Amino acid sequence: MQLTVWTYEGPPHVGAMRIATAMKGVHFVLHAPQGDTYADLLFTMIERRGARPPVTYTTFQARDLGTDTAEIFKTAARDAFERFDPDLMLVGASCTAELIQDDPGGLARALNLPVPTITLELPSYQKKENWGAAETFYQIVRGLATEAPAPKPEGAKPSCNILGATALGFRHRDDVIEITRLLNQLGIDVNVAAPMGATADDIRRLPQADFNVVLYPEIADTAARWLERQYGQKAVRTIPMGFQATCEFVREAAALAGVDPEPVLSQHGSHMPWWARSVDSNYLTGKRVFVFGDATHAMAAARVAKEELGFEVVGLGCYNREFARDVRACAAELGVEALITDDYLLVEETIAALQPELVLGTQMERHIAKRLGVPCAVISAPVHVQDFPARYAPVMGFEGANVLFDTWVHPLVMGLEEHLLTMFREDFEFNDAAGPSHLGGHAKLEAAAKPLPEPESAPVAAQVASQDTIMVLNWSPEATKELAKIPFFVRGKAKRNTERYAAEQGLETISIEALYDAKSHFAR
Amino acid sequence: MSDAVTLISPTSEARPVLRERGQREVFCGLTGIVWLHRKIQDAFFLVVGSRTCAHLIQSAAGVMVFAEPRFATAIMEERDLAGLVDANEELDRVVDRLLSRRPDIKLLFLVGSCPSEVIKLDLSRAAERLTKKHSPSVRVLNYSGSGIETTFTQGEDACLVAMIPEAPVASEEAPASLLVVGTLPDIVEDQFARLFNQLGIGPVAFFPPRNSQSMPAIGPNTKFLLAQPFLGETARALIERGAQHLPALFPFGAEGTTHWLKAAADAFGIPELHFLAVVAPGRERAKRALEAQKVHLAGKSIFFFPDSQMEPSLARFLSRELDMKLIEVGTPYLNRQLLSAEMDYLPETVTLSEGQDVDRQLDRCRAAKPDLVVCGMGLANPLEMEGISTKWSIELVFSPVHGFDCAGDLAGLFARPLYRRSVLKV
Repeated sequence: MQLTVWTYEGPPHVGAMRIATAMKGVHFVLHAPQGDTYADLLFTMIERRGARPPVTYTTFQARDLGTDTAEIFKTAARDAFERFDPDLMLVGASCTAELIQDDPGGLARALNLPVPTITLELPSYQKKENWGAAETFYQIVRGLATEAPAPKPEGAKPSCNILGATALGFRHRDDVIEITRLLNQLGIDVNVAAPMGATADDIRRLPQADFNVVLYPEIADTAARWLERQYGQKAVRTIPMGFQATCEFVREAAALAGVDPEPVLSQHGSHMPWWARSVDSNYLTGKRVFVFGDATHAMAAARVAKEELGFEVVGLGCYNREFARDVRACAAELGVEALITDDYLLVEETIAALQPELVLGTQMERHIAKRLGVPCAVISAPVHVQDFPARYAPVMGFEGANVLFDTWVHPLVMGLEEHLLTMFREDFEFNDAAGPSHLGGHAKLEAAAKPLPEPESAPVAAQVASQDTIMVLNWSPEATKELAKIPFFVRGKAKRNTERYAAEQGLETISIEALYDAKSHFAR
Repeated sequence: MSDAVTLISPTSEARPVLRERGQREVFCGLTGIVWLHRKIQDAFFLVVGSRTCAHLIQSAAGVMVFAEPRFATAIMEERDLAGLVDANEELDRVVDRLLSRRPDIKLLFLVGSCPSEVIKLDLSRAAERLTKKHSPSVRVLNYSGSGIETTFTQGEDACLVAMIPEAPVASEEAPASLLVVGTLPDIVEDQFARLFNQLGIGPVAFFPPRNSQSMPAIGPNTKFLLAQPFLGETARALIERGAQHLPALFPFGAEGTTHWLKAAADAFGIPELHFLAVVAPGRERAKRALEAQKVHLAGKSIFFFPDSQMEPSLARFLSRELDMKLIEVGTPYLNRQLLSAEMDYLPETVTLSEGQDVDRQLDRCRAAKPDLVVCGMGLANPLEMEGISTKWSIELVFSPVHGFDCAGDLAGLFARPLYRRSVLKV
C-alpha cells in the first residue's frame, strides 16, 4: 500500500478515456462500479467539453455482485452500441471490475457487434493514466492500421502523422494547430493527427504517411515504435518546445521529408530570441528554477530555462517512471540530481529545501509554490481548468516559445522593481511583503509562507544536512534581522547558502559576519 | 426496525415512483470526505482503496484544498492483492506513517472502498486493532464509502453511524436535550443555535461535532432533528440508542424551516405564541429575500437528476415558495419514511424517479425542455451546450442553504443560471 495525498496520474482507465474522448466515432464501455462516473467531470468541467465523454459505465452495485454482473455488462454494451452507433468500440474494466474478473473482451465478442471491438487490458493495480492512454492508442493503431500503404503517386508531397495529442492534455489543442502550420510551411502534408480528432478510418490511413511526428511520447511512443517496425515509418522525436528545439525539429522533419528547412528557419517570426537578449531581460540571469512535470515537458522546459532564459536549473524531476532514464540523463547534463517520484510530499520537501526563485511545474507544484510564497508557472499535466485558456496558447513551435517566455517571466518581480525593493527595505507601501506590484493578492501568501520568524525572537535553530551528519545551527538575532533585509525573492537562497557555509565551516552560531562571509564565498 | 421512525402523515405510500436501473451518473460515498474532513477538525479520513479512489476525491474536491488535506488514500497495489504482503500489516505501516506526520489527529476513519469491499478486507477488525495500538491518543473507526454500497451523501450517513457508538450515554435522568444531526456549515449551526436559544430549547448539540473530543451524549431523553434528508441509517442508529426522532419537513425555505423548528418547539413544550414571536423575524426576512428571487424563478420549469437525496425537499421548496413547475424529481434513493411529509407537499403532476438510467433520463429531459436542470458536473456543460440551463447539484451540498437566513441564497443558486442566461449577449 502506498500512502497518497494527491496523485499526479489517475488510473489507467482514465488514460483510455482520454483517447476515446479525443477521437471521433469511438465508444468505450467500461465495466465499473457506481461512482466511477466521476471521471466524466474531468472532461466536461476541466476541459469545458460540450459533450459527455463517449463512455458507458456499467455502474454495478453490491446487490449485483451476487447475481450476474456479466449480464449487466452485455446489456450495457448492446444498448451503448445501439444508442451511439460507433465505428469502433473499446471495452475494458476499472479497478473494481478487474477484481471480479468478468472478462469484458470475451463478453463483447459474444455480442458479435458489426464494428471492430478492441479489448483493453488495464492493470489498475500496477499501471497509471499515461500508460493506460499509451496502451489504448497502441491497441487501436495495432488493431486498425493493418493495411500496408498503397504506392505513392509520382510528385506527391511528403506527408507525416502527428501522434499523441489527447483530451485533457496540456495545451495539446493549440500545439497540434501550431505544429501542423509549421509542417505545412515546410511543404509537408499532415496525413492524420491522432488520437485527437481522428476517426477509425483515419487510424487505418496512418501507414500512408512518410513519417511520424511523436509530439507526446508519453502517449504515442509505443504506437510510433510499432508503426516503425511494421511499416518502416521513421519518427521525429525532437520535442519542438522552445526556440532551439523548434529549429531542430524543423531540420529533423525537413530531412525526413527531403525538403529545405532554411526558408522556414530564416522567417520564423518568433519574438522570443530578441526578448531574451534584450537588456531588460538581464535581471533574469541566474534565477534559480525548479522544474517538475511529465518527463517530456520537464526536460524541454529545463533546456529552455537554462539556454533561452538564462535561468539556473536547481532541480529537475518527473512523476512518470517510464521515462526516468531520459530525465536522469538530462539532469546529469544540468549538474543536478533527478527527482523521479509520484510522491507529492517528497516533491514539496525538495522544493522547500532548494528554495528556488521560480517553480515550473504542474498544478500540484503550483499549490506547493503558493504555500511557500514562490512564483510558479505551469508547464505540464495534470491539468486544471486554467490550463485550457480561451486564447490560442501553444507551448510548442515558434509561437509556443513566445508563450513560454511570457508565462514564465510574468510571475517574477520585474527588473527595476527588484532594485528598488533591495534599496528601500522599509517603505511602508512598496515592500517585499506586498509581492510583485503588477500581480495582486500576494501579500497574504508571503505572510502565510513565513520564511523567517520575527527578528526580535530568540535565536533560530536550523537543521542542515552536511554530508551524512545533521548539524543544528543557530542564527544570532542580529543575523536574523540582517537576513530579513534581503528581499524575499533571494532571501531563501541567502539563508540556504549561509547555512551551508556555516555547516561547512563548523560554525555553531551564524553571525552577521558569517552571513557576509557566505555571500562572498558563494559570489557568482 | 425502521418502523420506529414515525412521521407526520404517512399518506404518500400509494404515490407512483419511476424506478430505473442502468448507468448511474452519481458520485460514490467517498465524496462526503470532501466536506466531512473540514467539519471535524481533529479527524483524518484514510481511504483504503485504489488509485481511482484517490483520483476521485481529488477531482471532486477540484484540487482546491491548499492546506494539507485531512484525507489521504492508502492505495492498494498488485502485491497487496496477490497476497505477497499482508494487507493488514501494510495498513498498519501506512497508519503509523500517517499518524507520525499528523500528531494532531485524534480520530482516524478507515474508509472502505469498492476494491476493499470486493476483496473483503475487514476494516472493522483493523480499526479495533489500530485503536488498541494507538490508544489513548487516537481512536480509529471505520465505515464504507464504496460506490457499490453508497451513493454520494450516503457516505456521510455511514460516517455518522460509525461515530454514534463513540457518543457518551446520557442516563434516563438526564434532562431532555436536542440533537441536530447532519453536517451544517458553521455559520448555519450558529444561526440555528441562536434560534433554539431564543425559543428556550436546550441544551442543543450538533452532530457531527466540530471536534471529536466534544461528542454529544445520547440517551432516551435525546430528541433529534435531521438537518439533511439523507441520514436514514443515522436516524435508525440513534433510535436504537433510545433517542427520539422529531419528524419534520427539512429546513429549506421559510416553510420548511418553520416546520422543522416547530417540531422541536412542540417536543420541548414551547408555547405557540412564544414560538411564533421568535420565528416571525427570520421567517419575514426569508420571505422578503425569496420575493427578490421569485422574479427569476416563478413559472419556470425544473428537472432534477438524482444526486444527493435532497431533491424532493428542494423541489418542495421551489414549488411551494417560488412557484416553480416541477417536471421530474430524481433521487438516487427515496427514503419514503423520512420524506413522507415532503412527498405530501409535492404536486400530483410531478414525476418522482428513483435510481437512474442516465441515457433514458436525458431523453426525457430533452423532450420536456425544462427551463432549468439540476444535475451533476458530468452532465452540466453538455446540457448547456444543447441550450439548456443547468445548476450543478454539488453546490447545494457545499453551500449554506439551510434555515431562514440562507433561504434567499438557496433560491439564488437556482436563479443565477437563469439570470446569467438573460444577461449574456454572446
